[in-house]
Amino acid sequence: MKRILVGVKRVIDFNVRVRVKPDGSGVITDGVKMSLNPFDEIALEEALRIRERGAADEVVAVTIGPSDCQQQLRTALAMGADRALHVVQDGAVEPFTAAQAFAALAAKEQPVLVILGKQAIDDDNNQTGQMLAALWQRPQATFASKIELTDSTARVTREVDAGLETLEVDLPAVVTTDLRLNEPRYVKLPDIMKAKKKPLDSVTLADLGITASSRVKVLRTEPPAQRQKGIMVKDAAELVAALRKRGAI
Amino acid sequence: MSRILVVAEHDGAKLNASTAKCVSCARAVPDAEITVLVLAADGAAVAAEAARIAGVAKVLRVDRAENAHALAAVLAPQVAALAAPYSHVFGPSTTFGKDLMPRVAALIGAPQLSDIMAVEGANRFRRPTYAGNAIVTVEVEAGVKIVATVRTASFEAAPAGGSAAVEAATTDAALPTHTRFVSVSAARSDRPDLQGAARVVSGGRALGSAENFKLLYGLADRLGAAVGASRAAVDAGYAPNELQVGQTGKIIAPELYIALGISGAIQHLTGIKDARTIVAINKDSEAPIFEVADIGLVGDLFTILPELEKLLGA
Repeated sequence: MKRILVGVKRVIDFNVRVRVKPDGSGVITDGVKMSLNPFDEIALEEALRIRERGAADEVVAVTIGPSDCQQQLRTALAMGADRALHVVQDGAVEPFTAAQAFAALAAKEQPVLVILGKQAIDDDNNQTGQMLAALWQRPQATFASKIELTDSTARVTREVDAGLETLEVDLPAVVTTDLRLNEPRYVKLPDIMKAKKKPLDSVTLADLGITASSRVKVLRTEPPAQRQKGIMVKDAAELVAALRKRGAI
Repeated sequence: MSRILVVAEHDGAKLNASTAKCVSCARAVPDAEITVLVLAADGAAVAAEAARIAGVAKVLRVDRAENAHALAAVLAPQVAALAAPYSHVFGPSTTFGKDLMPRVAALIGAPQLSDIMAVEGANRFRRPTYAGNAIVTVEVEAGVKIVATVRTASFEAAPAGGSAAVEAATTDAALPTHTRFVSVSAARSDRPDLQGAARVVSGGRALGSAENFKLLYGLADRLGAAVGASRAAVDAGYAPNELQVGQTGKIIAPELYIALGISGAIQHLTGIKDARTIVAINKDSEAPIFEVADIGLVGDLFTILPELEKLLGA
């Protein structure tokens, strides 16, 4: 069975304006809309397309976190994942721990591909896929904007600072997604109903033989420094004058 | 004392400016001794350049044919093998460093701090989260090796003027062959590089087409500026991906940033907020870009653009 594992993370919705708690202990999450991390949605969409064109048989959505995360797994099932795995962990999950969990699951599920978002839009770490590839001792193709599969390899186009880079990797491999890989589908109501009947299994980190690492302590969270209020000008000539005055040109 | 290993980014011939910025960050760590690691097929020129960065105590040069292309799977085992004597391993928060450093961290079992923007101590740093909307101060347990990527927009390049010794190093790390370089398509241009440019002219969806997007180049040429783009403009196909500025594109800190027809999504603003002067030109006076602009101009960019070019050409 050709299987693809996809990581999905529950994050504050892309459109929410994130606010820092006044006491500096984190960001406000009460009453805030939570969603699938957009990069993970792209990862799932890509896995579904690969399955739909017959190059894979099963797509498994995986999350690590508290019970609330099952909501995002249900969304993933509604989008089209065949089954879901919830790795239950109530405390913070450092990328290294997440990578260990994915590596343990990869050893068990033997996927041909693990597709993850390149970063989650909460911590902006951009680490888990690369760490998984190291622990699993498999290739990584990060920031993918195109994936072409053969039986034993993947040809992946990557968005890099210089432009577009293409790598060929042996399977199994880890791919992390960039924004332009695809446009995820919308979930339809009947699919949400069907998703309720799809299998969703839970395991704990301990079941996978992992102890969550907590080596990075967050001491405080602050809003960014504000820029000083600027001026408005009425035309191009005023703009050039203002730039000259500031010494910007 | 902190012993910091900085992994150099280069193209085989020249050092990338991000390396001198990583050195700056490393110099901000108290009592730091800095070594730059050059992994290349033939690293002579790059290592010599790295040795001239002020504050660098030593350059380690590993020449292996496998290092001809910067493949994370190939470079990471070499960095990991050489990392033992160091307390910190830094790389730039460019696509090179973002790809490589977590793989290094996992191989040596160390935690990684991504995008460090300020140094508060040998094991205490500040970094942005939530697209720069929440800045966290993080501390790593004493005695734990730290792998980090450095947010290059937060640090000035360390100046030249050093004269470090270059040492050849070898590792017996086994290098995988499961990952192969195929090609890179980069638009070659004479324009300044977006990441390091002092001035940037950037366009958004309001440009309306790839054809219109080219109008920016006239202004950019007048100013000697690099050209950037919003995600919307890249998604619409008006500009290539390497021009994207923002949370998931390039984070830049030019002296002057001129945004034309960019509404200013929070993900874009995070990429430009270290710019010295931000100019916003947009026909929508409510566009969020005006909240961060030093100078704002409400109007039609297709009228303003030629006027600006004329005024600046004089």
